[in-house]
Amino acid sequence: MKECEVVVLGGGPAGMAAAARAAGLGLNALLLDNRETLGGIPLQCVHPGFGVHYFGEDLTGTLFAYRLMEKVEKSGVETLLKAHVHSIEVEAYDEKLVNVITREGVLRLRTKAIIYATGARERTLFELGVPGGRPAGVFTAGEAQLLMDLYGVLPGKEIVIVGSGDVGLIMARRFALENAKVKAVVEIMPWPGGLMRNVVQCLMDFNIPLLLNHAVVGVVGRRRVEKVVVAKVDEELKPIEGTEFEIPCDTVVVAAGLRPNVDLLEKIGCSIDQATGGPIVNDLLETTIPGVFAAGNALVINDLVDYAAEQGERAAEGAKLFVENGGLQTTDWIPVSRGRNVRLAVPHYMCTERDATIYARVLRPEKNVFVEIPELQVRKYVAAVRPAEMLRLKLTREQLKQADGCDKITLTVVPRE
Amino acid sequence: MKIVVIGAGIVGVSIARVLSMYDGLDVTVIEKQADVGWGASKANTSIIHPGHEENPREHPLRSKLCVEGNRMWRTWVKELDIPARWPGELMVFTSSEEEREARRYVELAKLNGVTGVRVVYDRELRNLEPWVNPAATGAVYAPTAGTISPFEAVIAIAENAVENGVKLLTETEARRIIVKGGVVEGVETNRGFVEADVVVNAAGIHADEVSHSAGVEEEFRIRPRKGEYLIYDEDASVKPARILHTVPTPLTKGVYALTTVHGNLLVGPTAEDLPYEAKEDVSTTDKGLKLLSREASKLLKELPPKSKVVRTFAGLRPEPPKGQWLIRAYTDPWGFLNVAGIRSPGFTAAPAIASYVVQLIAETYDIQLRRREKWNPYRVGPTRVNGVGLDAVDSIIRKNPDYGEILCYCRMVSKAEVLEAVERMKTIGVKPTLDGVKFRVYAGLGKCQGSFCRWRVAAVLSQATGVPLYKVAVGAEPYAFGDVKVLLKGDPSASEGV
Ligand SMILES: Cc1cc2nc3c(=O)[nH]c(=O)nc-3n(C[C@H](O)[C@H](O)[C@H](O)COP(=O)(O)OP(=O)(O)OC[C@H]3O[C@@H](n4cnc5c(N)ncnc54)[C@H](O)[C@@H]3O)c2cc1C
Repeated sequence: MKECEVVVLGGGPAGMAAAARAAGLGLNALLLDNRETLGGIPLQCVHPGFGVHYFGEDLTGTLFAYRLMEKVEKSGVETLLKAHVHSIEVEAYDEKLVNVITREGVLRLRTKAIIYATGARERTLFELGVPGGRPAGVFTAGEAQLLMDLYGVLPGKEIVIVGSGDVGLIMARRFALENAKVKAVVEIMPWPGGLMRNVVQCLMDFNIPLLLNHAVVGVVGRRRVEKVVVAKVDEELKPIEGTEFEIPCDTVVVAAGLRPNVDLLEKIGCSIDQATGGPIVNDLLETTIPGVFAAGNALVINDLVDYAAEQGERAAEGAKLFVENGGLQTTDWIPVSRGRNVRLAVPHYMCTERDATIYARVLRPEKNVFVEIPELQVRKYVAAVRPAEMLRLKLTREQLKQADGCDKITLTVVPRE
Repeated sequence: MKIVVIGAGIVGVSIARVLSMYDGLDVTVIEKQADVGWGASKANTSIIHPGHEENPREHPLRSKLCVEGNRMWRTWVKELDIPARWPGELMVFTSSEEEREARRYVELAKLNGVTGVRVVYDRELRNLEPWVNPAATGAVYAPTAGTISPFEAVIAIAENAVENGVKLLTETEARRIIVKGGVVEGVETNRGFVEADVVVNAAGIHADEVSHSAGVEEEFRIRPRKGEYLIYDEDASVKPARILHTVPTPLTKGVYALTTVHGNLLVGPTAEDLPYEAKEDVSTTDKGLKLLSREASKLLKELPPKSKVVRTFAGLRPEPPKGQWLIRAYTDPWGFLNVAGIRSPGFTAAPAIASYVVQLIAETYDIQLRRREKWNPYRVGPTRVNGVGLDAVDSIIRKNPDYGEILCYCRMVSKAEVLEAVERMKTIGVKPTLDGVKFRVYAGLGKCQGSFCRWRVAAVLSQATGVPLYKVAVGAEPYAFGDVKVLLKGDPSASEGV
């Protein structure tokens, strides 16, 4: 049995930032990851767009991960790699056991706090309900990216990408850069799922067709993928009969979104938000189990790595308060409610004692709007909101103070008129 | 005496195992796929049927072998360490019309000597099955029904047969039965001639073609009848305790909902007759999957959300004319047997079919069967990290640190397990593939469906077998194409270097 104050699960951006910060705050912390290296997903992202907020520099994913690794090293926090968390046992309010499988045997950690930063998993064709055969040549975007950029292996030559989120767009360009033919990016929604700049730089610049309002409704192939069947969808996103057509290809790359990896949180009984797929948390990112914090894509799917790292630091600050005071002392939690055109908002509970940040996504694109919290008299003009772009609202303690006595605060998006 | 069995499905490997009990028989199983059990034996409902759904007047042999098979499996799963459970089956009815139909099976049970089959109502039904739909008025309860891990059953039997001297040739397709002067000489395959005194045709859905090549049963045609399935994640809360079944009607065959031995809710199958040529079409369809959700919600109180579906798949029933199994030994050509058209409940009956066929061989060709003294009935399943206590995990890691390296997160599968699977595959003469490993160690059967572990498992296979990563096979095809930097830019020599 080994004693710690905080155990950080997951060595991606959120976990690395959390561990470094926890150590900086003087906590006895331990950082775990099941792979043989820290870095998480950014390690395999050779494109830029990482770190503008967090490091004030536009880095590739790989470089971003490297910078954070340096930070972890400097902080002196102990790290354990090739360590798989078998289970968590909550013994009491301030005592948890983390059981870890390593090559040396089973390691049992007794800790006061846990920061859960295990990232996300990718949705599969089965989850999307796409029928058809299951030949070789179907990959999730992450698996395809990893094969290309960590192993130098080309997964396919004629590609159809399912989903136009940033991951799908970037993979389209990635394949195009290696001379593979990207036949189409198929998107069920009427708008692209990723950032506008990625639509331009990854698709338009390479003449890759983007099929909006279309869905892949079948995968065909005996041994290897031979083609996909695509159909137009109606307003309810249901395929319209008679509009089917085929796209010959040898590979299907599924980039249809991520789901927070919450297996262990569910097992210990954390409450999960259906909208985010992640845990319900307060402003310090503590879940419904005291002393268990969550950050990064395990909390909510972020489109910017910077926010994931920021959440990691926030969780570390929460863990510090928790450890120091034998629990968070706040008693008045004010729920955050979702108003007009808000699909999700994190955290779910706020307090009036400190500054905080709200992360949110809209349901549909809209132009010329105010993002408001009427109870706090906060109102921010935004020229355009899109589901692909996370809204981030920093709130000061003074602003939050106005919620004293309110039974909730409401995040809402309203037209300027 | 040389015996060749064509097809390493459940029927073929069971026959091989029973043959291996006897002295003086030189048994070879030939299989066209890279692994055993990749036909109907992999994609089915996994039920060991009690035998109360077989009509002994129409199908006397099938009924007898089903009931016998159910009994034999209880020994076989123990000897061979095959995951199986015996929860019993409830054929659930919701109206008196359905009840009348369902009650026929109580009568069939009596005719077949299946014990314990009776009708249960309301409270008893809900006690037996808390997940049953409240609209259910009662059910026919058949306590002897079981569920098994079908792919592991085939693997276990194959391992045991090989241990007892059977030879397995994979990626070997029977093209023609060679007959001279009315006597079987052997089998022509894609890899050359295989000599045989007796050839047993257990080629599943292709058994009619094999039979025609031997010049018998020219009229006999096996048609594919597709069955589709939905399988839910193990963390979905809906886990029926029993095997639930809708009442079959002339229109639908009835759909099952059950918790597999691996802890997943399984719903299926559909029943769709395909054209004769579609013997490889195991694709799922939107229509089929929707029908399954509808039927399952008649059985269950609730169905998990669609997002909990971890996989959909389909299998092809080898449907013979009138559903009649064709088990016959021929004297012209001398030495040829058909064990063909073995549709449901073929899995259940397989051990009994095997014993019957071996007796048939002995009687028809006048062979004296002598039990071998050294026959080993046992096979031990692989070691697993998942599902054993922490102390046990710790102690196996201390013996072999590879158990401490987890490759598949969803199902908690270690590197040592993958390496053991590779060794076991090599031992029986099976080329290690990603699919083969998946079904042996469960890596990739969880909710991420391999997106986190497939490359890691592929890397271990690559290392263990010396095949470049991209060339590791998924099923029949390589995982990927080659070196990213050279492949599409025209330097083929460099693509080998990965
Ligand atoms: C949808 C569905 C649901 C079912 N549910 C159940 C159930 O719940 N319970 C039950 O008892 N039964 C069930 N069955 C029936 C059961 O699966 C089959 O009866 C059984 O698997 C048949 O086994 P087999 O060995 O004859 O065929 P297969 O498993 O198909 O094996 C035949 C093998 O022969 C090989 N082969 C074919 N041609 C050649 C050749 N020329 N040369 C070499 N090899 C060749 C094939 O590759 C294959 O591996 C179900 C079947 C289906 C399809």
